[in-house]
Amino acid sequence: MSIKLEEPLLQTLGGGADPGPNNGTAQGHAAKPKQRAIRSVSFWLTCAPLIVVVGWALFPSLFSGYDPISGVPAQKFQGPGLEHWFGTDHLGRDVFARVVHGTSQTLLTAGLAVCIGLVVGTGLGLLAATAGRAADAVTMRLIDVLLAVPGFLISLIIVTAYAPGPISLGVGVGIASIASFARVVRSEVLRVRSLDYVEAAFMNGGTYWSVVFKHILPNSCGPVLALLAVDLGVAILAISGLGFLGFGSPPPTPEWGLLIAEGRQYLASAWWLTTLPGIVIVLVVVLLAGLGRQLHKIFRF
Amino acid sequence: MAAYIARRIGQALLVIWLAYTLVFLAVQLLPNDPVTIFLSADAAANPETIAAMKAQYGYDQPLLVQYFNQLTGLFRGDFGYSLASGQPVSERIGSVASSTLVLASSAFVAAVALAVLLVASATLVRQSWLKRFIINLPPLFAAVPVFWLGLVLLQLLSIQLGIMSLFPDGSFASIAVPVLVLAIHISAPIAQVLLKSVDNVHAQPFVDVLRAKGASPSWIFFRHTLKNAAAPAMTISGITVGTLLAGSVITETVFARSGLGQVVLQAVTAQDVALVQGMVLLTATAFVLVNLVVDLLYPLLDPRILKSGTHGAPRALVA
Repeated sequence: MSIKLEEPLLQTLGGGADPGPNNGTAQGHAAKPKQRAIRSVSFWLTCAPLIVVVGWALFPSLFSGYDPISGVPAQKFQGPGLEHWFGTDHLGRDVFARVVHGTSQTLLTAGLAVCIGLVVGTGLGLLAATAGRAADAVTMRLIDVLLAVPGFLISLIIVTAYAPGPISLGVGVGIASIASFARVVRSEVLRVRSLDYVEAAFMNGGTYWSVVFKHILPNSCGPVLALLAVDLGVAILAISGLGFLGFGSPPPTPEWGLLIAEGRQYLASAWWLTTLPGIVIVLVVVLLAGLGRQLHKIFRF
Repeated sequence: MAAYIARRIGQALLVIWLAYTLVFLAVQLLPNDPVTIFLSADAAANPETIAAMKAQYGYDQPLLVQYFNQLTGLFRGDFGYSLASGQPVSERIGSVASSTLVLASSAFVAAVALAVLLVASATLVRQSWLKRFIINLPPLFAAVPVFWLGLVLLQLLSIQLGIMSLFPDGSFASIAVPVLVLAIHISAPIAQVLLKSVDNVHAQPFVDVLRAKGASPSWIFFRHTLKNAAAPAMTISGITVGTLLAGSVITETVFARSGLGQVVLQAVTAQDVALVQGMVLLTATAFVLVNLVVDLLYPLLDPRILKSGTHGAPRALVA
């Protein structure tokens, strides 16, 4: 199982059909497209809604005046309108408030997953690319194993043995995302380590660790940053799926997947309970994938 | 060729063994053994019951003995026992697997067809706005949660329009809609990789020659490009096996279908680690076998892989 998919894999996750990377050209102009991209309208059009979503997570009460946990029974099952943007549920709770207040739960769980993937994946990728052939072979087989065992089932083992909850989910989804980080870091480090300045750093008396931390890692972080954004979206999808099955936080907590699962019982009478929170998930994941694609372009030398 | 096949089979066995070992170690790292975890669902299981059950399923033996017993069992197709029902995992799964297999395999075929359709229309359509629209579909597909798409379609088709029933009744719609929901999700990565690979092939000189000789765009695409671009897409299709399983479980839950999804959910609720462990091993084996087939088919599409040999493993980075 030798799967040579570093680039396509990132493409897959990040989406889009931008042309392949032109390695080696335009080294000197790297700063210009970077600045241009950061000043571009489309970059900020992608970022602005995501910043709002981060705002939801940090200061939910600024964005919605309603209480996400206790509702007004007299106002149950109201359709979406100016009063309640996303309508109200069976207990008269404002659905938009529940989405806003659920953001921090979903983002924290996804963030935990991405952190695990990033830290362990970077370590493994670095090891594979710099510690010699035996280390590379062993690491790549480990990555094959991580690909072979679906992240979904890893999460389920953890949830079965401990208890359903955000930490179990985050760890499970995080283990599943190690493989993609390790692959991208490995291919980037392999590219950077053959460049002249790495040679020069060794000539100047640099040690393995100083060269790795001062030169190799900082210069291979671009595609990793891009993957970080994309993977956050993938983690949000996985976590909301597991939350939908009921393995996340227990019911009163608003969590995006759980919101949709609760709305499922009222599919016939209240379409907004499932449809509108789902659109929020789709938008956030699309925007994160778009951000990943733009970061990929910005950091491509 | 023989060396290539032997190396791929060897790697496949290695990955299965590593997966088994890692899962075994992971289960040992849990705070308790599977039997204690399973019985902890009851308020107070007495120690004798725990000991008896441990003896029955072999959890009282030394770790190394357990390790090798389960490992040799793996090669006989024995994936352990479900603690909740006492049935072998393979039997417990086998009784419901056919429904999931039908769903997953139809969804896979539909996903490949959808991906080829998307890429063909993105390549052959002349209007640039339509082309841009089609190219942006796969990233959107990748972002849509399976459970949400399923619920929205249920809402639309069965409650608003009344075309399909809420529960599986064997009608065409009740099979086609879940397959479509799963296929849309699976088609996204395949279409994205195929699209990129088609772009790469189109940049090659032989395409210019074909065009110069007067071949039409659709002739070039279906007769030449597709075959040359298929290899990377095949690799990514192999990797979707895991996603296919997770997607099937969720789709089955949404559409109230019986199948592996129910077994998984019951196993988690009953805290049946042994059953989940067995399913992990079974999935990993299926994944490795599918990808082995992909690897063995690869040289038929791209014979260059046989010549390249090992792809330059990196030497150690030293001063």
